[in-house]
Amino acid sequence: MTSTPPQSPAAGAASDAPAAPSPHDEPTAAVPDPVAPDPVVPGTAVPTAAAVPAAVPAAAGPTQAVEVIGVDKVFSTSGGGATVALTGIDLTVAPGEFVSLIGPSGCGKSTLLRLVGDLVEPTGGEVRVFGEPARAARQSQRYGIAFQQAGLLEWRTVAGNVELPLQVHGVKKKERRERARELLELVGLADFAGHWPAQLSGGMQQRVAIARALAERPPLLLLDEPFGALDEMTRERMQAELARIRLETSTTVILVTHSIPEAVFLSDRVAVMSPRPGRITQVIDIDVPGRGPAPGESGGAPAVEDAVAEAEDVREQAAFFQAVTAVREALRAGGGS
Amino acid sequence: MTGPGPRLAADARSVADASDAADASGAGGARRAGGVSGAGGASGAGGVSGAGGVRGARARARLAVVLPPVVFGIVVVALWEAYVQAYDIKPYLLPAPSEIWTQFRHSFRVIVDTSKATGSNALVGLVVGLVTGLLAALVAASSKIVDGLLAPIAAAMNAIPIIALAPLFNSMFSTTSSVPRRLVVAIVVFFPVYVNTVRGLRQVPDVQRELMRSLAVGRWRFACTVQLPGAIPYLFTGFRVASSLAVIAAVVAEYFGGRQNGLGSRITSAAANTAYPRAWAFVLAACVLGIAVYLIAGLLEWLATPWRRGSGSGSTART
Repeated sequence: MTSTPPQSPAAGAASDAPAAPSPHDEPTAAVPDPVAPDPVVPGTAVPTAAAVPAAVPAAAGPTQAVEVIGVDKVFSTSGGGATVALTGIDLTVAPGEFVSLIGPSGCGKSTLLRLVGDLVEPTGGEVRVFGEPARAARQSQRYGIAFQQAGLLEWRTVAGNVELPLQVHGVKKKERRERARELLELVGLADFAGHWPAQLSGGMQQRVAIARALAERPPLLLLDEPFGALDEMTRERMQAELARIRLETSTTVILVTHSIPEAVFLSDRVAVMSPRPGRITQVIDIDVPGRGPAPGESGGAPAVEDAVAEAEDVREQAAFFQAVTAVREALRAGGGS
Repeated sequence: MTGPGPRLAADARSVADASDAADASGAGGARRAGGVSGAGGASGAGGVSGAGGVRGARARARLAVVLPPVVFGIVVVALWEAYVQAYDIKPYLLPAPSEIWTQFRHSFRVIVDTSKATGSNALVGLVVGLVTGLLAALVAASSKIVDGLLAPIAAAMNAIPIIALAPLFNSMFSTTSSVPRRLVVAIVVFFPVYVNTVRGLRQVPDVQRELMRSLAVGRWRFACTVQLPGAIPYLFTGFRVASSLAVIAAVVAEYFGGRQNGLGSRITSAAANTAYPRAWAFVLAACVLGIAVYLIAGLLEWLATPWRRGSGSGSTART
């Protein structure tokens, strides 16, 4: 699966641009649109909480992982009417960045994720993934995806499920086996390769689904509430593991979530959305120290206990609470509830 | 009708594979029933489901599942025997189980031959119905137009009592032909296989559809990787239902004349000759045949769906 070369003028311009600034220098890309109310900045809570800046054309920068430019999505309903799911969405995700989409039910955050994955087509606007149109990016396997339900094929073993993307793309059996073993080690399920999905708990199934999403080493990982159906303890553990996996694989991640602490814990930036019609009201930079790679721990056997302990430290910081407050206030300001 | 009591007890014992002697020497129904069930409880060596299928009981858990219905069946047969004996019921109303069993053993060779004839009709019809049902389901699931054409026809076919076609089919073919029966069986089998398989092929969860779309696989790949394997349990549900229907259809189709080589024709001729215990013996054989075919279908399902077998090992949930 080789990627098709960038075809657009935007991508061409990107190659001339200077080196990519770090995600934190990058201006947030939620360009105000006529429909959305003015974003409300939480005044004090988080030092880096950024208001929407002056519009910078996203295409002018270096090649971004994801560019969503002026996207609208209207679903036609069975009664002949239409539901506006998303309107005037602009979002840019830099390579290696972790961005969460948060908002109340019906704000279109899952739809936005599916637009990036070309599982849904936009009614208007443009979605580019690594400089390619979303469709080309999907066809060249630029992303892996995991959903709220693990969606494992119950007639395949755990290893068989992880191998699925490789198998449908014609990777040799021996190579597949090797990669599946590697991935199951990464998610801490090496001993369960031969099990059937039905023999696994919900959390374990979800880890298999994430391993499957990572099977082809995609540069982008799309996660649609992957921990939504899990209990709180499992959830926090999975978040710690996801943070570790992300650091180990340096993958760009877009995460859809309902949970403010989850978004804050994992993300570099949180895009806050509001419903009717779905739009991004604010993008908040999160700067919580202590989430970097732990010293002396790189690859190898996953030290889940360590990761969980570190995660607890992170969650108990003042900066963490401040960021949570900022996101909560942004959600409230967006008229979410 | 002399001394049916001890013989029944002995038969029950041999069927239940009891190693110790049952306390069944008395002639009283109640005592006999108690003795037989006691033998079943004490033996712990094997079990019978209904009329056939003796299995070695290895696990106690399996025994606990198998034993109660076996004991229940034996008690029912014992009560039947006792009722017929005590009230001197005439054979044309209800023959005693012991008498049926005598006839069964007496005509065993004929029963085997006729069972083979009926069984092969059922199997051929089953295979033909299965293959056509499966193919029709595949076509219907892949094309909305074909589905629109087939769905009402299938519903209409299901509304016809297919067995009513047997005499008509008989007159279409030569009197020595087995084709009419096999045709009836195939049509009867077609419907449950078709309906269940179509349902299974359509039942792909959204999450799996989206996953396969994200993997940019073609339609053919999607069908082979997700749709068909996902439909296998549905297919087998239909197949299991069809397997019992197949034997019923094969036997009943013989009631309407044609070639006289199967269980159904023996049942009608024995009944016509007032040989009621003999007719019942052939009915018993039809039961055994039906259960055998059903068990084979169940075995095939078990083999084809390893992920559905309840497994005790490795189900430790760790997160």
